[in-house]
Amino acid sequence: MFASMRKALLLCLMTIGMQSFAAPVYDLSPEVATSVASSSVRDRDSAIKALGDDISEQNADFLKKLSSGLIYVDPDSGEIYVRQSRSSDTYTRVSDGSQVQAPQGLRRSAVSTQQRKAINGYLRSFQLFSEDPAVRLKAAQELVSPNAKPIALETFDKLMSKEQDKEIYSVLKLARAQALSKLGTAGRQETFEALDLLESDSSVASLQAAQALEQSKDPQIASAARYASGYIKFCQKLSDFTMTLFFGLSLGSVLVLAAVGLAITFGVMGVINMAHGELIMIGAYTVWIIQQLLPQNPGLALFLSIPGAFVVSGFMGILIERLVIRHLYGRPLETLLATFGISLILQQLVRTLFSPLNRAVTTPEFMRGTLQISTNLSFTWNRICIICFCMIVFFVILAIMKKTRLGLEVRAVSQNRPIARALGIRAAKVDALTFGLGSGVAGMAGVALSQITNVGPNLGQNYIVDSFMVVVFGGAGNLWGTLTGGLIMGVVNKLLEPVSGAMLSKIIILVALILFIQKRPRGLFPQRGRAAED
Amino acid sequence: MEKIRLQEKLFNRPTVSFLTVTGTLGAIVVVLAAIGILPVYTVNLLGKYVTYAILALSVDMIWGYLGILTLGHCVFFALGGYAMGMYLTRSIGAQGVYGDPVLPDFMVFLNWHELPWYWHGFEYFAFAAVMVILVPAALAWVFGKLAFGSRVSGVYLSIITQALTYAMMLAFFLNELGFGGNNGLTDFKTLLGFSLSTDAMRIMLFACSVAALMISYIICRSVVASRLGRLCVAVRDAESRVRFIGYRVENIKLWIFVLSAIIAGIAGALYVPQVGIINPSEFSPVNSIEIVVCVALGGRGRLYGAVVGAFIVHFAKTCFTNAFPEVWLFALGGLFVAVTLFLPRGVAGLADSLLSSRARAN
Repeated sequence: MFASMRKALLLCLMTIGMQSFAAPVYDLSPEVATSVASSSVRDRDSAIKALGDDISEQNADFLKKLSSGLIYVDPDSGEIYVRQSRSSDTYTRVSDGSQVQAPQGLRRSAVSTQQRKAINGYLRSFQLFSEDPAVRLKAAQELVSPNAKPIALETFDKLMSKEQDKEIYSVLKLARAQALSKLGTAGRQETFEALDLLESDSSVASLQAAQALEQSKDPQIASAARYASGYIKFCQKLSDFTMTLFFGLSLGSVLVLAAVGLAITFGVMGVINMAHGELIMIGAYTVWIIQQLLPQNPGLALFLSIPGAFVVSGFMGILIERLVIRHLYGRPLETLLATFGISLILQQLVRTLFSPLNRAVTTPEFMRGTLQISTNLSFTWNRICIICFCMIVFFVILAIMKKTRLGLEVRAVSQNRPIARALGIRAAKVDALTFGLGSGVAGMAGVALSQITNVGPNLGQNYIVDSFMVVVFGGAGNLWGTLTGGLIMGVVNKLLEPVSGAMLSKIIILVALILFIQKRPRGLFPQRGRAAED
Repeated sequence: MEKIRLQEKLFNRPTVSFLTVTGTLGAIVVVLAAIGILPVYTVNLLGKYVTYAILALSVDMIWGYLGILTLGHCVFFALGGYAMGMYLTRSIGAQGVYGDPVLPDFMVFLNWHELPWYWHGFEYFAFAAVMVILVPAALAWVFGKLAFGSRVSGVYLSIITQALTYAMMLAFFLNELGFGGNNGLTDFKTLLGFSLSTDAMRIMLFACSVAALMISYIICRSVVASRLGRLCVAVRDAESRVRFIGYRVENIKLWIFVLSAIIAGIAGALYVPQVGIINPSEFSPVNSIEIVVCVALGGRGRLYGAVVGAFIVHFAKTCFTNAFPEVWLFALGGLFVAVTLFLPRGVAGLADSLLSSRARAN
């Protein structure tokens, strides 16, 4: 007895502060209390309405408890009890706050789905009155989401009259405009203003609201509504298209990154390197390893792994060139076979060293999240970063090939080997360096790919056919061709995807490319002159 | 003046010895298996090797004699296999899991109510047999017409063939295409009314494969020994000169390519009843390249080299994947590199040079 009293005291202290001992948990009016206790559905409806219309902190809490089935009624005395939780045996009597352990003969005050919906509506609008601006903003944003439950216009006026926060105010204003158009009862002037607001927002919910007005009896309002909904639809199509274009560009950048190394080894040197995909994979694994070494700082690890992957993959490339490819110059089909063998070996090596499972590479903080352009348009940061990275890598490579001594020597050797050697260029060294450069770029592509796909032993395989396609499509030996070819392929792929599905669009592109190569065997931008004639 | 012979003798010494050795070995295996000394499992495995050897033979025709490195020849192999698999699937009939007399199990599973039009006719073996030849031939013809007509050659052609097989693989993975998607066609019960699981049937299939190998060898040999064969070699070694003389290079390439596709299709059709399944992974580019390495290892441009290579590589594959599955890809990769670097003429070429050096020593 003493113990239970102490417990009750403690509970009271916690729930209602330093008030008198017999204070009620909830201050329910007698009518509401009887309605809640009643077994009739209609009585409970009225109780919920009474509590909801006069919503306050404690009423909201009571409704929440009611909705989750924690309110019990003693059918004999009409007393209301609150159960602590679904699994607890402790019940608190509402009228005086005393606690009862596992009382007999209580009936749960059940609510129907309909009533639960009503309660949720009240709770939402209660959040609109919250003291916390973040809660208020969230509740307001829920109001402008598609298929939101409308609230009364008077509530809006009440809310907006005391709202200080500009952002919340504008969201509320929009929500009010939507509600207004859905009701369709406001005067002309107000309706036009609402439509203007909807137009400038152009979200799905605004479209719904504007479409609701199209049936208006007033011909002027109806035509304005039709104009507004048409405009919103156009905006949505435009931003959808921009999104597709952006996805296409980001896919294209990935393809360009994967192919740019190949454009050097295959396009400029004429070496078919089937192990190119595996060099990309090695780059991706470099990111993973460096992140394992620096677990606290994934961003720094990512930056470090850009040169890291370049060095590792480049070194691997030089090794392959010195050991195998060097002996096979002038025999392209044999080179193809030998490098394919190397790709198998590298794949199995990674499988044996790191396990055949995919490795998780963390995305640093600054690459997460999205850049919101308008209501319907947002770009993810990691894709933006990849597009930028691709462009930087591409132009650096272009500069190396066009402006540096190494680039000059590479071009000289690839155009006319004997003459270049006669002029004192050490062709063997240039070969090794060029191959190393191409392979290193493949490694950097791996760094980018590690941010958007799974890092596993098959990573390279998935990109090798695509990269060859990009190089062949753009025209071997032409870096600009690789850039254009890759971006076109990416965008076309994404444009086709909604129409035909991901797998089929890939097949269509492959077939289209096969047909394209039939027509223009040397790609979009063929090399001209004598160098092209071998 | 020495008379240049444009036609060789059809049954020259290597051909006769190849046919004798293959026939004898095949007969020995059949007899040993029939008595029960050789386990049927081994016969089945050997039968699989023989179908790979036929495929390698078809690759040698176009790589060894025409100089076209195809990285997608398994397309034709798999298409032949699918044609046979469709016949076998149809002959399951009501014995399937769902017991539908017409629809294959996977179609019932996908809630299809009608057989797609391209599945009609496959209930007859004769029709399926014609399709085994016709479908690969048609694809090879269309592909060859486009590729050779626009004079795509060398590495570009190799990459296109690889893209072709890659595209086909992706396509056959789709459920909507109606070839069983990911799982392919399997659970075959009977062939021409005989159960596939009996020992006699397995030995029979092996014998058929050996016969098919010998027949396709004779066909290839007769092409190689003819004037057409001479032209092929000429195209391989100096394409533009052949063209300037007035031959239609693309037609030569096209017909040899179609012939090779047909042989590959037949190999696929023999392969499927022996392994009991056909699925899209048969299209995977790695399979095609494995066959190419068989030919390279055996020594290309001599037909029997391809057969020897196929046996060596696939025997090694079986051994490795049983003993240390991890090592197989290392071994295969190493084989690619070693053969191209150290054995450009393959095992047969090595044997040739050993024999000739011994002859010179004598």
